[in-house]
Amino acid sequence: METLAMHISNGIINGPVAALFAVIALAAMALAVQRGRQDLDDRLAPMAGLVAAFIFAVQMLNFPIFTAGVSGHLLGGALAAMLVGPWVGALCLAVVLVVQALVFGDGGVAMLGLSITNMAVIGVAVAYLLIALLLRVLPRTVAGLAVTAFVAALVSVVVAALGFVLQYWLGGTADLGGNLAGLAGTMAVSHLFIGIGEGLITATTVVTVAKVRPDLVYALRARRPATPATVPTVGGVR
Amino acid sequence: MKRSWGFLAGGLLVALLLAGVVSNFASPHPDGLDSSLREGCTVDADGEITGGSCPAQQEKEHEIGGPLADYGIAGLDNDFLSTGLSGGLGVLLTFAVAGGAFWLVRRRGTGPAGSPDVDRPGTPTPSQG
Repeated sequence: METLAMHISNGIINGPVAALFAVIALAAMALAVQRGRQDLDDRLAPMAGLVAAFIFAVQMLNFPIFTAGVSGHLLGGALAAMLVGPWVGALCLAVVLVVQALVFGDGGVAMLGLSITNMAVIGVAVAYLLIALLLRVLPRTVAGLAVTAFVAALVSVVVAALGFVLQYWLGGTADLGGNLAGLAGTMAVSHLFIGIGEGLITATTVVTVAKVRPDLVYALRARRPATPATVPTVGGVR
Repeated sequence: MKRSWGFLAGGLLVALLLAGVVSNFASPHPDGLDSSLREGCTVDADGEITGGSCPAQQEKEHEIGGPLADYGIAGLDNDFLSTGLSGGLGVLLTFAVAGGAFWLVRRRGTGPAGSPDVDRPGTPTPSQG
């Protein structure tokens, strides 16, 4: 085993497409800073640092999946969205990817925009949309929270993987002979199984935090004001 | 606020254990992305591509590399220590960079600092944007 790289290496996607996604990622992160500031108070700031550090740690833990010789690891989009919300969550993922590329030689620096778009933008966005939907539909129980985390994690991983397929279609450097479907198939199937692992890790972590400190789970805090019409006002309403 | 420090310390400890110890038991096989890009190539026991045709053959050198490249410590022969120490350093570095950046851009001046999650009527909910 010569390397432990897990992100897109240099040379896989051509320069112009990598640059295009660098611009997309920069714009998205600028928006995330602007919107995330509203969420970041004295308490959430160190918590969000912990979430980034935790995602860095768990991304190192490759677990075996269905076929021999293939492993998977957490991406962390759903976990971040659950714990610190979509904007700060996206920034957490971006920091992890930047540290990995600049310090650990994992993922080309020129490819950073592609990875940030897939995991910090697409992964977090898909996860948060599902979280917002499922928390409204499912019962407000531990099981409901666990199912929300699991499904959001699973789906976000598969969609993020397809984000790479889109990027490869736009600027992949190898001639697949028009057989992009083959790459899409292997990416989708392997990430479906990785998504199961991601779902289990995400659900376990979120449920654990929710039991210790429910006030530190963003998705649970954000849910309360989400239905203002049904909450009686203190002091009575006419 | 006080209780949050306990939670932070506990969480960091868990992350350090995962990256510093458990990481040594991680699967050595290529991940979903890497293995998908090797589809079509033959690979030997060391993971080196030996033949065929696949996207991974287009890979180019990393711009920086550096002493912690590939989650190890350059020059340290003990694999367990090399992976564990680099992982632990990564956790602390990520916490410092992310926590520091978030602290710098945080919202200031509204409400008493460190007050527990109080629902103030009329407070805008940023999550609903």
